[in-house]
Amino acid sequence: MAIDTDKNSYTVIFAIVMVLVVGSILAGLAQGLKPLVKANERFEKQQNILYAMGINANEGPSDVEFISTDKVEDVFNSTITKQYIIEGDKVTEDSEAYLLDVKKEEALAKDPNYVRKLPLFEGVKDGNPIYVIPIRGKGLWDAIWGFVAVDKEMVVQGVFFDHAGETPGLGSEIKQRYFMDDFEGEHLFNESGAFEGITVAKGNADPKNERKTDNAVDAIAGATITGDGVTAMIKKDLRMYVPYFKTLK
Amino acid sequence: MRLLSKKDSKLIMDPLADNNPITIQVLGICSALAITAQLKPSIVMAVSVIFVMGAGNVVISLMRNIIPSKIRIIVQLVVVATLVIIVDQVLKAYAYSLSKELSVFIGLIITNCIIMGRFEAFALANGPWRSFLDGIGNALGYGVILIIVGFFRELLGSGTLFGFKVLGDSVEKTGLYAIGYENNGFMVLPPMALIVVGIIIWVQRSRNKELIED
Repeated sequence: MAIDTDKNSYTVIFAIVMVLVVGSILAGLAQGLKPLVKANERFEKQQNILYAMGINANEGPSDVEFISTDKVEDVFNSTITKQYIIEGDKVTEDSEAYLLDVKKEEALAKDPNYVRKLPLFEGVKDGNPIYVIPIRGKGLWDAIWGFVAVDKEMVVQGVFFDHAGETPGLGSEIKQRYFMDDFEGEHLFNESGAFEGITVAKGNADPKNERKTDNAVDAIAGATITGDGVTAMIKKDLRMYVPYFKTLK
Repeated sequence: MRLLSKKDSKLIMDPLADNNPITIQVLGICSALAITAQLKPSIVMAVSVIFVMGAGNVVISLMRNIIPSKIRIIVQLVVVATLVIIVDQVLKAYAYSLSKELSVFIGLIITNCIIMGRFEAFALANGPWRSFLDGIGNALGYGVILIIVGFFRELLGSGTLFGFKVLGDSVEKTGLYAIGYENNGFMVLPPMALIVVGIIIWVQRSRNKELIED
């Protein structure tokens, strides 16, 4: 039997059947693989948080290696002792605070009546408590985000940055060691005790980053807008945690 | 009995050399530049394209008599897109860090002109078995170039292969670096892939003069 494939009705029916078949195949596949994908995303977050705390698998001086996926869950659970969700003055412990969607909270917070939920992770490093704060902002092309580990005085102990699509070789360098390592030891407060953040500065004239209290690190050449994005997300997101850290004193 | 008839094996062998999609037909250059800075993503990309092209050619070939010619290109796009999403999802589930590294380029397989080209030029007019061979052949031809380019770019640009420091440590100055060798940072950047592809084309055409156009 020959089908007249040129008929309009045939074309329409073919298109409908095709969409239905393809749609169900893909929906089924996505559903089936969802647990695995979710687990991978969870491990990645744990790896990133641990990395900001200085717990990694780095060997060489330019490596950015995470704790391997099969071990990360255990290391995370033993290192991060407490997880909090801060809502205004209310602080609740929540062992799944790290799964809170920061992007969603950011969007919800546009409503002035909404009290934004802020996740915070507490761990111990060298006997001292260390806190990890997630941050999120905009780079040149797409989202950038990261985790900042600070001590009780809000002195940076380590950072991890990542990006969705910054320019390779320029903006994407924010996730390289030479940039991230510069933040270690930087102060978030200025000398008069006000919150200042850390500026990714051009012409900082401090290439070895010896001045830890100048609230600035060296920018990456050719990545001005991405660098400004990093500055902005540090200033904006870390400021929200300042009231909580005041209560720790 | 031979595994493949002479005509069939030509379908596989031709795109590997004398009718290579990248070096002769100059298709699929975009992805060849983008993901070949290291060997591992090159190989993953090659394998993904082999899967998409082999399966896609068979699907299109099986449907060739029922596809309405008016929406033929759309149907081809849907088939590629479906297969690419399958690859993307599977990578996300089983090779997460790799899928992050390849990020948008897996999605960009859809726009790889080699695939649409073979659907249109071959699968729509030939049976499933021959279409399968044609798809595999062309994808292999694409993959071979990708791997060659990835090999040289990672070796000369970063001094590593699959991340292993085969030339010694560039920071601690061991191995080749001890005698003053330096990595060529240019090789990591996409434009150098064009130069490498250019050199491959040069070598290929000087070995087989018939490929030179007047």
